[in-house]
Amino acid sequence: MKRRAFLLVSTLTIAAMHACRVSAAPSRAPLSPTLEKLVQQFAAGRPVTEGRVKFDIAPLVDNGNSVPIEVSVESPMTPADHVVAIAVFNEKNPQNDVAVFTLSPAMGRARVATRMRLAISQQLVAVAKMHDGQCFTHTVDVLVTLASCLED
Amino acid sequence: MARTLITVPSSARRGEIIEVRVLIQHPMETGYRRSSEGSILPRNLLRRYTARFVAADAGGAGELVFAADLHAAIAANPYLSFNYRATTTGKFVFAWEGDEGFSHREETVLRVV
Amino acid sequence: MTNYLLTLVLALVLALWSLHTSAQDPRRSSFDAMSPATQALQRDDSQNPAMLWVKEGEALWSRAPVSGTKSCADCHGGLSRMRGVATRYPAYDTSSSRVLNLGARINLCRTNHQGQPAWRTEDSARLSVEAAIALQSRGLPITPPAHPALKAAQQRGATLFASRIGQVDLSCADCHTTLAGKRLGGAKLPQAHPTGYPIYRLEWQSLGSLNRRLRSCLSAVRADASSFSDEEFVAIEAYLMQRANGMPLETPGVRP
Repeated sequence: MKRRAFLLVSTLTIAAMHACRVSAAPSRAPLSPTLEKLVQQFAAGRPVTEGRVKFDIAPLVDNGNSVPIEVSVESPMTPADHVVAIAVFNEKNPQNDVAVFTLSPAMGRARVATRMRLAISQQLVAVAKMHDGQCFTHTVDVLVTLASCLED
Repeated sequence: MARTLITVPSSARRGEIIEVRVLIQHPMETGYRRSSEGSILPRNLLRRYTARFVAADAGGAGELVFAADLHAAIAANPYLSFNYRATTTGKFVFAWEGDEGFSHREETVLRVV
Repeated sequence: MTNYLLTLVLALVLALWSLHTSAQDPRRSSFDAMSPATQALQRDDSQNPAMLWVKEGEALWSRAPVSGTKSCADCHGGLSRMRGVATRYPAYDTSSSRVLNLGARINLCRTNHQGQPAWRTEDSARLSVEAAIALQSRGLPITPPAHPALKAAQQRGATLFASRIGQVDLSCADCHTTLAGKRLGGAKLPQAHPTGYPIYRLEWQSLGSLNRRLRSCLSAVRADASSFSDEEFVAIEAYLMQRANGMPLETPGVRP
């Protein structure tokens, strides 16, 4: 009986701890540890929230040599309220950096498109930094199919 | 001399948001690939792209509109597309810089009506 | 009024006929099987990396290789005068009594009329001029000329296409005729119609010739690139173009 009570109490405690942790966590989907670290570095201590950013990339990629990506951010792009930078990080290429874009109100729209390389299936994140330092993210998971007919 | 392909309208209405597209010939060699003889191909990357706009009545170096710091994960022959809100007649100055002293500059005039 | 009606009826008949033939023709460009993202690369000239080479080719067309020599434009006029030319190659060349592909034909001009050394097959300059010329024929149907020597090359090419080769012991036809449309891993086996050459291949990250593509296939079936002589490579090209007879040229194509 004693043992059963102990089990019950400890289970409840663990459950309660879990509940606390969940409620204390940022309102973001979990990122891979590598990406989380990079996002935190880029945010430099400022709050990071999911949303306002749209990271456009095909979910299934048939050739990783040249994958079109587009990142756009909801922002009026006025001198008083605009995006100052967008960073794109990848999880599993030999290097995690893809690009860091510097934006200005003169652009009128917070949008940039380019083409990137993807070594294998992985997670990617786009982080937008606002004029006040606040950061917003959008995370995507991409499947890369590899060529079966190899040349070398 | 690197080849570039720049797509920008030559004129725009005041306040209109136009699209700028630039494409430049560059291998973006990562430093991880091997040649057919087996030796590592040395890293040769484009590192930075800048787009400035110089107003016709102001001159000087103009204002920085957009810049990009590029890494090995950017595809060969880098392509960039972004927007610009036309306010006054002037010219875009686009510049690319990279490893092995790579440097390239292009200008294109935008007439605002 | 009758004229107007006649034109309308004719247009309708033509439209129906082309619809009918496209529905009947089982041949497909490998463009159709590409992902929307890769298709967009080819569709939009301002995004297509191959256009960088085209631009280079346009510059080379009107520039004398060294002062005192002629430029291509000096003899041929503007590039637009080359409309239709690329749809006819490989073709039989009477001056050299050989079947030549477009790249080799450009080299002939370069050595005979400009006094310059021939360009290698994959020389960026040669590919650039080739792409600039072929772009003039974009959308036109491939139309191999009728000539006995070309016909002989096409037949030789057909034989080679059907011959097993390499450690994998496959013929071109095994993959690109018998199994075309089926999947090999993640990729769909194409019918191998050379409608977009020179192509910007994402795997190459640059422009490349049909010859380079054929050599890639040789490597994929674990065959030596020297399995075919230069004449045999051109014979296969000639056969493939005959096989694609009537299909529209897409140059500069983009392929994965």
